[in-house]
Amino acid sequence: MPIVTVSRLAKHYGAAHVVRGLDLAIERGVCFGLLGPNGAGKTTTLKMLLGLIEPDAGEIRIFDTAIPQLARNARQNIGVVPQMDNLDPDFTVTENLLIYGRYFGLSDALINSRIPGLLEFAALTSKADSKITTLSGGMKRRLTLARALINDPELLFLDEPTTGLDPQARHVIWQGLRRLTHQGKTILLTTHFMEEAERLCDRLIIMDHGRAIASGNPRDLIAAEIEPAVVEIYGETVGRWAQKHASYYCKRHEITGETLFCYTHDGAALIAHLREQDVLRYVQRPSNLEDVFLKFTGRELRDA
Amino acid sequence: MKDFSLPQFSLRFAPVWRRHFLVWKKLAASSILGNLADPMFYMLGFGYGLGSLMPQVGGAAYLTFLSAGTICYSTMNSSTFEVLYSGFSRMHVQKTWEAILNTPLTLDDIMLAELTWGASKSLLSGLAILAVIWGLGLEHSWLLSLWTLPVILLIGLTFSGMGLVMTALSPSYDFFIYYFTLVITPMVLLCGVFYPVDRMPQFLQIAAALLPLSHAIDLVRPLILGYRPAHIPLHIAAMLAWGGISYWLAVSLTRRRILH
Repeated sequence: MPIVTVSRLAKHYGAAHVVRGLDLAIERGVCFGLLGPNGAGKTTTLKMLLGLIEPDAGEIRIFDTAIPQLARNARQNIGVVPQMDNLDPDFTVTENLLIYGRYFGLSDALINSRIPGLLEFAALTSKADSKITTLSGGMKRRLTLARALINDPELLFLDEPTTGLDPQARHVIWQGLRRLTHQGKTILLTTHFMEEAERLCDRLIIMDHGRAIASGNPRDLIAAEIEPAVVEIYGETVGRWAQKHASYYCKRHEITGETLFCYTHDGAALIAHLREQDVLRYVQRPSNLEDVFLKFTGRELRDA
Repeated sequence: MKDFSLPQFSLRFAPVWRRHFLVWKKLAASSILGNLADPMFYMLGFGYGLGSLMPQVGGAAYLTFLSAGTICYSTMNSSTFEVLYSGFSRMHVQKTWEAILNTPLTLDDIMLAELTWGASKSLLSGLAILAVIWGLGLEHSWLLSLWTLPVILLIGLTFSGMGLVMTALSPSYDFFIYYFTLVITPMVLLCGVFYPVDRMPQFLQIAAALLPLSHAIDLVRPLILGYRPAHIPLHIAAMLAWGGISYWLAVSLTRRRILH
């Protein structure tokens, strides 16, 4: 029995249909990715799941509880890491955890017994009494994650948890999230870092224009949708090269700016050909989730 | 429409109130100073300075007359400032509300915490003024002056409710200038804080009688001057109406702002 089921979910604002007939099923203990370009409807979907926005149509059940009717009961057992930090700047690290725990109706004794473990999880033990304003971006994110665990939730919602973090800080968050799934927690993660989704998610959907346009396990999706080898070719003359050679060497190709993405089953012949010229630079790499994402959502800027 | 259904009242608001109290405790020294210093200097300056030029006003020394107005005016100000500036900061700038909404609490719980916390700030500043009144022995009956405390709480609830309407509508801090210029300041000047309302022309008296601060002053001033106020149920009802309708409107507008 899935822990989250969503069927035919829809939400519109005026003429803008933000979510259009979304279906989801998230099994217990899974890290589930909700991927999509900006404006795909990810955050609206999360808010509907939390019962903070009422859907126009469709059905949501979390822990077999109807949302939004009984959303308060469901939220008792959900932890949320929002996109923007909203820690309480007037309080210390420990106070932030204590105050937040009280919102769940937990006793101070229970919250205080959980705080040391959460600080250790977030590698913030030495910062227990520091003011929020003195923390780095990475520390704030780790504290926000620890705060989301104060009610020992079964289910975690993370809305772009590593946006704005440097690579070191991002790896620490990833490590923390993997520990949580090993503990049996269920995670719903939105992101537009494809590497993040590929590493963490057992299953994912790619959303665009309010509906799911692809779903599955990341490795299966890559294998099913993308040729195994990708050669990226850069240079001013890449357009001219493409006209002459692309259809011969590539099974499929796309050009963005000065880069050509050549998708093929075997890049050897192409690489041999490229070695004989010195105008275009190139790199061969295995196909990844970003290729899948771009195949489905296109390469045009979404806010242009 | 669902947004305009009646506000929900639940004790779940308590941890949010406690949060606001804890923030206040950290800054208590400066907050008490702010609550006290400004109205005190007005009261003492005008009371002694202007009062020395005047015979009795409303049957008492001008300082005593003014001290009752100061209670109302400063309690109105503290709840108004709290729900406007601090409330807007919690709602819009710091996103404190957004964090709370992800827990089992609801927007109505958050609003109730704002309402009661604004009133708590009023109570604190009312107490500060009362302490000065007691210290200077201005009250005519100590027992009657104690009855100002529930009135102060009612003033706090009324003006918190009214202020929250502005907070719900505000795009930025600058917006609140309108409320002070068009609502709060005229009320201070019309409703009898500094002089008896019956000294003004008829049409201004009628306008003043409709405003909530007049009703607050009509209750508090007699209690300081040592007699039982007239028309107690009317004044309480008028303030409850202002506060209640405003709070309902504030909750409705805030739901429309936050939950869509």
